Amino acid sequence: MAENLKCSHCNNPATVHLTQIVNNKIIKVDLCESCAQAKGVTDPEGFSLADLLTKTNLIPEGGEPQITCPSCGLTSADFRRTGRLGCATCYLHFIPLLRPVLEDMHAGTLHKGKVPQVALSRQSAAAELQTLKNALERAISEEAYEDAAKYRDQIQAIKKSADSEAVHS
Amino acid sequence: MIESLIHSNKAELTQSAKNGSPVVLSTRVRLARNLVDTPFPGRASKSQRSDVLTKCVDRIAELPQMKQGSFFDTAELSELEKQVLVERHLISRELCEAESGSGVFINKDQTCSVMINEEDHLRIQFMKTGFNLRSVWKQIDRFDSSLEDGLDVAFSQEFGYLTACPTNLGTALRASVMMHLPGLVISEHMDKVIRAVNQLGITVRGLFGEGSDATGHVFQISNQQTLGESEEEIMSRLGSVFKTIIDHEINARFKYLEQNRARLLDQIGRAFGTLQNAHVLNSNEAMNLLSLVRLAVDFEMLPEVNRSEVDRLFIECQPGHIQHAAGEGIEPDARDLCRADKVREEFARLPSLNFDKVNVIE
Ligand SMILES: [Zn+2]
Ligand SMILES: [Zn+2]
Repeated sequence: MAENLKCSHCNNPATVHLTQIVNNKIIKVDLCESCAQAKGVTDPEGFSLADLLTKTNLIPEGGEPQITCPSCGLTSADFRRTGRLGCATCYLHFIPLLRPVLEDMHAGTLHKGKVPQVALSRQSAAAELQTLKNALERAISEEAYEDAAKYRDQIQAIKKSADSEAVHS
Repeated sequence: MIESLIHSNKAELTQSAKNGSPVVLSTRVRLARNLVDTPFPGRASKSQRSDVLTKCVDRIAELPQMKQGSFFDTAELSELEKQVLVERHLISRELCEAESGSGVFINKDQTCSVMINEEDHLRIQFMKTGFNLRSVWKQIDRFDSSLEDGLDVAFSQEFGYLTACPTNLGTALRASVMMHLPGLVISEHMDKVIRAVNQLGITVRGLFGEGSDATGHVFQISNQQTLGESEEEIMSRLGSVFKTIIDHEINARFKYLEQNRARLLDQIGRAFGTLQNAHVLNSNEAMNLLSLVRLAVDFEMLPEVNRSEVDRLFIECQPGHIQHAAGEGIEPDARDLCRADKVREEFARLPSLNFDKVNVIE
């Protein structure tokens, strides 16, 4: 995931990651090397993110940070116009625009309610299964048969436990 | 298409066997949910929307709560049928405008409706007459959990349930009650109440109109915030605000009665007489007069069983319902005659008002 982080300012790969606590809330901003330089963010430790946000000097002349969702193509201009996000992935990319809005809008910015346990464990099991399947294929193509056998066993185990869960529920 | 729904003798909102309660007409809880891996409806392609629709309809049809429920495709409903469903709070105006690939699943007693491809992929709503926040939450929570067993919903540990609009993020829960607040309106305290609850993150809207002098004195009161608090916290905060409003309303009624007895009884008596005898009745006038008759039930001037009849007339006197009952294409003027006919017929069956009982305090 980490290598996918993009600069909140220009969408290039981000290399500077800022995390600061402002008004008891954790705020994260990711910047690419050149934007960090341009904004004077040379020492993330000593830099006040609150200043940065309140002076809104993250926002370029004549506009807001230009963000585009890689999944659905929604742009920050679209978001500004409609107030709606385009897909679940948007929430990963529009955080710099959303954060200040959410603070004004809600009682807090961290979810404290219901968690869809069943759906989440099913999703993570599916993701794990896919990772193992990929690893298995790679092991076979590299003729690493010992590894392949290990992956195959793990895949069987996950499938088995999924089956028994289905029987119990 | 919606005939069976309108003529159902099981509908919670219009045919409730219970007597209803003073002040609170109904309680509603709504949850927004989206599927992972598909853009939200506003950004989805036609084929993506139709895939979501199929997937959701198939899953919902399997649920025990939807046994004998019906699905309506928005594209197949006439404008008038949509209006009737809006007046019953079973669909939103937004769904009426939705592009292709949207619809609503409604259960048998019309306590549950699930809109598909409105602003979010799923908008689940449970409703009950009276003040029933806890039990409605329990029902919708169970329904949502069983839905989730078969559908992968968009969720993040940080932001909770992901919704098209950030205002719904987190629990994506909107709980509301319909309150009948003639006491606060007549005694001119409604503005103050609206301002006070707004500060607590709670919204007040006139049900049949705007602002503080809503037609029929019926208001919808709901939470604004969905993120940063659990469902329990949201509902207990709302619940205590609702209880405070109910207390204020009851006090306002009795205080007004004490200070303006003749005037109030005159208003109620005239409202009753008009509804019994009118031959032309527009929607606003009907709502305002029915409001006074509901108040008469609360003051025990009419038997309690008549309260649910007044609540049913609040719905059935709406323009869409009158028009639907009369057949398509009826002019507004003719509608007012039909409404008056209907109300006269119903009021002929009511006992006369008993003004002697009005001294009873609570
Ligand atoms: Zn950059
Ligand atoms: Zn997106």
